Amino acid sequence: MVKKLVKVNLKTGLHARPAALFVQEANKFSCDISIEKDEKVVNAKSIMGIMSLAINSGSEIYIITDGVDEEQAAERLAELVSQED
Amino acid sequence: MPTKLKVREIKEYFGLELINEEADLDRKITVSDLSRPGLVMAGFYTYYPSERIQILGKTELTFSDGLCSEIRRERMTHLCQEDTPCIIIAHNLPVPSELVDVAKERKIPILRTTISTTRFVSKLTNYLEGRLAPTKTIHGVLIDVYGVGVLIVGNSGIGKSETALELLKRGHRLVADDVVEITQTADNELIGTAPEIIRHLLEIRGVGIIDVMTLFGAGAVRLRKKLTLVIKLEMWNKDKSYERLGLDEEKIKIIDTELPVNTIPVRPGRNLAAIIEVAAMNYRLKSMGYNAAWELSSRLTDEMDMNEL
Repeated sequence: MVKKLVKVNLKTGLHARPAALFVQEANKFSCDISIEKDEKVVNAKSIMGIMSLAINSGSEIYIITDGVDEEQAAERLAELVSQED
Repeated sequence: MPTKLKVREIKEYFGLELINEEADLDRKITVSDLSRPGLVMAGFYTYYPSERIQILGKTELTFSDGLCSEIRRERMTHLCQEDTPCIIIAHNLPVPSELVDVAKERKIPILRTTISTTRFVSKLTNYLEGRLAPTKTIHGVLIDVYGVGVLIVGNSGIGKSETALELLKRGHRLVADDVVEITQTADNELIGTAPEIIRHLLEIRGVGIIDVMTLFGAGAVRLRKKLTLVIKLEMWNKDKSYERLGLDEEKIKIIDTELPVNTIPVRPGRNLAAIIEVAAMNYRLKSMGYNAAWELSSRLTDEMDMNEL
């Protein structure tokens, strides 16, 4: 299991479109992926889950991955949210 | 995951008056029990539950009025422990100056309400039990099927939301899609609700997000529902044996409460909505005392006994 703390730098945070993109990316991996914010954990492969957290720009989240490709998944998703668009 | 509550939230919720302005309102409340420290006032300090909110009513304060200032100060000092979240005075009674001094020094908030002690205690207990109840977020769909709260779980993309849509079309009610916030109430019941931001929404791949209440009407949604049955959807695995009779009941533990679970294998051509409807009805039948599997088993026993004669 990999647990990675990342800061969300996307200008709009994980608003609807970026959230959809994030979920699409997460679904490319076969491991279980979840996001934790303020002690709330949701499934990162579900768009509703991500949006229920209302992750804004500048907030810190944990990306938790578990499975065969956990390393790559954590890396790729962290890169996705930490980039400044 | 234990929920934490700050004194500030109680002050705001009940509109309490803060006596010592500089007190620390971010102190944490960890237990839902309350304490009326009458015995502490009388000088008996053993088993003093200092981590609870302390409520001073007419009895406690009248008693403390009868003490001399020095003893009163000592008792009040003992009342304000490191882990005491706050002290609440009921009935809008005057606060002893010794208590204000000690509380000031230790930054413990003294709050005051106009409500009578017993009524305030019961209101506060209700509020605390709700707020401090253990909660958990689960990935799944919660839907009310014939009055049975059915939680559908399974991997992403297995078809939970699509099944929910079919159930909605059949007249059942959606509580939450994808994210279910579960609270365990005092009497070990699990209550599920949706996070406010995605309430009444359903995501259907290929269509997008739909608003169930606008599309199907107010009768198609519920705000909260008690969980009674879990349906686990999984890809059909030919090496795994699935329940054929229903004699044994599989259980799943959520927080500290056990719920019956039916594992349903998914395969093209299986109408999941119909299966879930039947599972819910069968659950109701079982809870009313009729179990088809037991009935079959007893018929079989009778028949075999007859053949032996």
